[in-house]
Amino acid sequence: MSKDNEILEEFTTKEYEHGWSVKYEADEAPIGLNEEIIKWISAKKEEPQWLLDWRLKAFDTFQNMTEPEWANVHYPKIDLQQLRYYSAPKQGKKPKSLDEVDPELLQIYERLGINLNEQKRLQGIAVDAVLDSVSVATTFKDTLSKLGIIFCSFSEAVKDHPELVKKYLGSVVAMTDNYYAALNSAVFSDGSFCYIPKGVRCPMELSTYFRINAANTGQFERTLIVAEDESYVSYLEGCTAPQRDENQLHAAVVEIYAAANAEVKYSTVQNWFPGDKDGKGGIYNFVTKRGLCAGDHSKISWTQVETGSAVTWKYPSCILKGDNSIGEFYSVAVTNNYQQADTGTKMIHIGKNTKSRIVSKGISAGKSQNSYRGQVQVMKRAHNSRNFSQCDSLLMGDRCGAHTFPYIDINNPTAKVEHEATTSKIGEDQIFYCNQRGIDTEDAVALIVNGYAKEVLNQLPMEFAVEAQKLLALTLEGSVG
Amino acid sequence: MSTLLDTHPLDLILDQSHDDFQEVRAVGREAFAKQGLPSAKAEEYKFTNLTKRLAQTFDSFELAAAFDVSEEQVKNAIFKGFDGHILVFTNGSLNQALSSEITGVEVTSLSGASAALGSIAKPEKDPFAAFNQATFKNGIQISIAKNTQVEQPILVLNFIDSTKGNLIQPRVWVEAGDFAEATFIEQQINLSDKEYFLNEVKEIKGGRNSHIHWYRVQNEGKTSISMSNIETDIQQDGTFTSVNLSLSGLMVRNNLNLNLLGSNSEGNMYGLYLTNGKTHVDNHTNVDHTIPHAESNELYKGILTDNSRGVFNGKIFVRQDAQKTNAFQQNNNILLSENAIVNTKPQLEIWADDVKCSHGCTTGQLDEEALFYLQARGIGKEKARGLLLYAFAGEVLENIKDDAFRSYCITLIQERLGTNF
Repeated sequence: MSKDNEILEEFTTKEYEHGWSVKYEADEAPIGLNEEIIKWISAKKEEPQWLLDWRLKAFDTFQNMTEPEWANVHYPKIDLQQLRYYSAPKQGKKPKSLDEVDPELLQIYERLGINLNEQKRLQGIAVDAVLDSVSVATTFKDTLSKLGIIFCSFSEAVKDHPELVKKYLGSVVAMTDNYYAALNSAVFSDGSFCYIPKGVRCPMELSTYFRINAANTGQFERTLIVAEDESYVSYLEGCTAPQRDENQLHAAVVEIYAAANAEVKYSTVQNWFPGDKDGKGGIYNFVTKRGLCAGDHSKISWTQVETGSAVTWKYPSCILKGDNSIGEFYSVAVTNNYQQADTGTKMIHIGKNTKSRIVSKGISAGKSQNSYRGQVQVMKRAHNSRNFSQCDSLLMGDRCGAHTFPYIDINNPTAKVEHEATTSKIGEDQIFYCNQRGIDTEDAVALIVNGYAKEVLNQLPMEFAVEAQKLLALTLEGSVG
Repeated sequence: MSTLLDTHPLDLILDQSHDDFQEVRAVGREAFAKQGLPSAKAEEYKFTNLTKRLAQTFDSFELAAAFDVSEEQVKNAIFKGFDGHILVFTNGSLNQALSSEITGVEVTSLSGASAALGSIAKPEKDPFAAFNQATFKNGIQISIAKNTQVEQPILVLNFIDSTKGNLIQPRVWVEAGDFAEATFIEQQINLSDKEYFLNEVKEIKGGRNSHIHWYRVQNEGKTSISMSNIETDIQQDGTFTSVNLSLSGLMVRNNLNLNLLGSNSEGNMYGLYLTNGKTHVDNHTNVDHTIPHAESNELYKGILTDNSRGVFNGKIFVRQDAQKTNAFQQNNNILLSENAIVNTKPQLEIWADDVKCSHGCTTGQLDEEALFYLQARGIGKEKARGLLLYAFAGEVLENIKDDAFRSYCITLIQERLGTNF
């Protein structure tokens, strides 16, 4: 047992790898939240009047809302007036190509292991890098635009493609949706916009990399993905933040619109700073993600690997409106130390013959709390709809918790809905079996956890899968229950 | 919000009652005032808006009084093949004359001294339990002496006559001594067709190595709104098994809470709901694993037709100390009509790591292929359908240990499913 304790000790004292921050000159909004700030942000970004009006309307709605308290997470109230809502690295004019981007900013991404220059040369992924409130650089823009694909920062999209933004902004996640979505709608700073025209299969993975650098700043980005008829896109999102003692707020909104026969695959590896081993600091990750399968035969697939954040509150959902549409949700959520995660999905079956699949794997270690909260709703018109949900929990250590709150509401007799869940720990016999074959305890745990999460990891694009697997092994190194 | 209170002030009811229970009632009244009647947004009553239903159905409430039943009526109420003891209650009050004497079992009206009312079914947990605690009438106490094994089942016949009052609030305290064992079969017999609200609370205190089986049929007809809170403490080596069969009622809500307090204790919860018409059946179960080495099993099944609605909320709560817990839960539903609705929430809250917990939940319809298989072998479609439904429901009834009662339940569900083989 002493070996276990040692490993556990080492693991729990492990520092967050991306905890550094870089000093750069920043353009910042004054601290606080009011209409003036929103106008300030809007003016800063040279936005058209309609968007400012939209923001102000959202702010109005927000003020009449109260913070939700139903989630199974506990944290001190956030004083939204003490936050800064905009922070951008000072840069002359918007760079045309990577060569013009401030090398200091590029270095930040290099330290994160994302070399934008290299990405540019290597065939593979187009990256939109978002630092604090603004998008720093987008690679591969030209290649993509030849196909008619628009992939740029949100502010560029507002300038260059206002009609698209106007049409789809808020169409999936209404500003009135919830407290944090309303806040985001009012103060969002930047994010990514992606438009795949009819019949186009995006030849590469599109990727956004978010990084919070500045202190006392909330990050409120907004991602909008529109896939027209018969198009396909695979989208990746990654995130990190510096290690700070105070908590930082991240309230993003992701909207996906899939037209007939379109397919969107959205993968996230979330690695915000989780707080230190005493639960100090860390990111509050309150994110609204929703996809609308608007057309027939459309498909939206969410895959997430959640390892960071002090408190996570996130339910990527699918509204299956088109007939024969498909929604998928694959999730691995790992919590350690004092992390709390309340995550899951919603599958709303509206169209006929709609299918959804939920695979959620929770892993809790240390003193963390990990909850799955999901809803499967079959509406009256959704004949022959089908759902399968599986949510398993793995517990490591005797002071963590795993909770499951699945809501299953069926309003149609032809629906077939299945849900199953298990909770267990890594068996001593499993570890013993590995030990016998010369695999030490630590590797055995990594092996078992990877096997446990495999169903989800298999869904990730290759580049991400490797990163996720490493992250998983690292986060759980030595945590033998 | 509190229609019930406005139309029927608590104080008025309190003034009517005899009382060794002023203190207990005050606690109940306070807990009720604190919670109020559940609103449509209350998580626990999200799909079962009892508050609204009560307001729609009743203008005012009157506490139901006891009444006389004849020996003949009792005789007729006993199901075929039953062999055992009988306890007769009318609107929640004991009819000593018609009840059997049972060796080792004492059945009396509640006296404040021996029953710690509200200590198991805590009033702060549920507003209706609190309301009952503040206003119950004629409580009953059933004590099973230490080392007593009651071999024959005890049939509890609850006669209800809502012309004698539309608010029926039974309060039962059951105490089983160490090594005691008993089987209760509970039935409601509704004598009138006037709407009523039955709001009962049962507290069951099991001793060490005691074994209590509680079987219940809810088949009161279309006029009943029934709310029940049953909570039991299970001690070391003890078991508690509940089998609940819901067949009718306007709105039925059952809260069943099991507290596993001693190692090697076991809690079993089985339920079957066959609903039609506008019946609304809601089963909320909660099993609280507080200590290591305990086990719980749960199986609830539903077959829903017409405009009926089934709600299931099963919670398994495993506390930090409750290592080596085994907890299993399953809920299966079959929807047979367009307008039937199922809302289910199988919930796990686990704070200990060395546990085996699982839950499963399905909602669907009959397997077309199974139907075809039977039809291909010369069994008519209707009969094949009935056979499959019967097989589906039968799994729950297998947990009834008393043969006569099981046969009776089978007859009941066959009547309902229209299949007599």
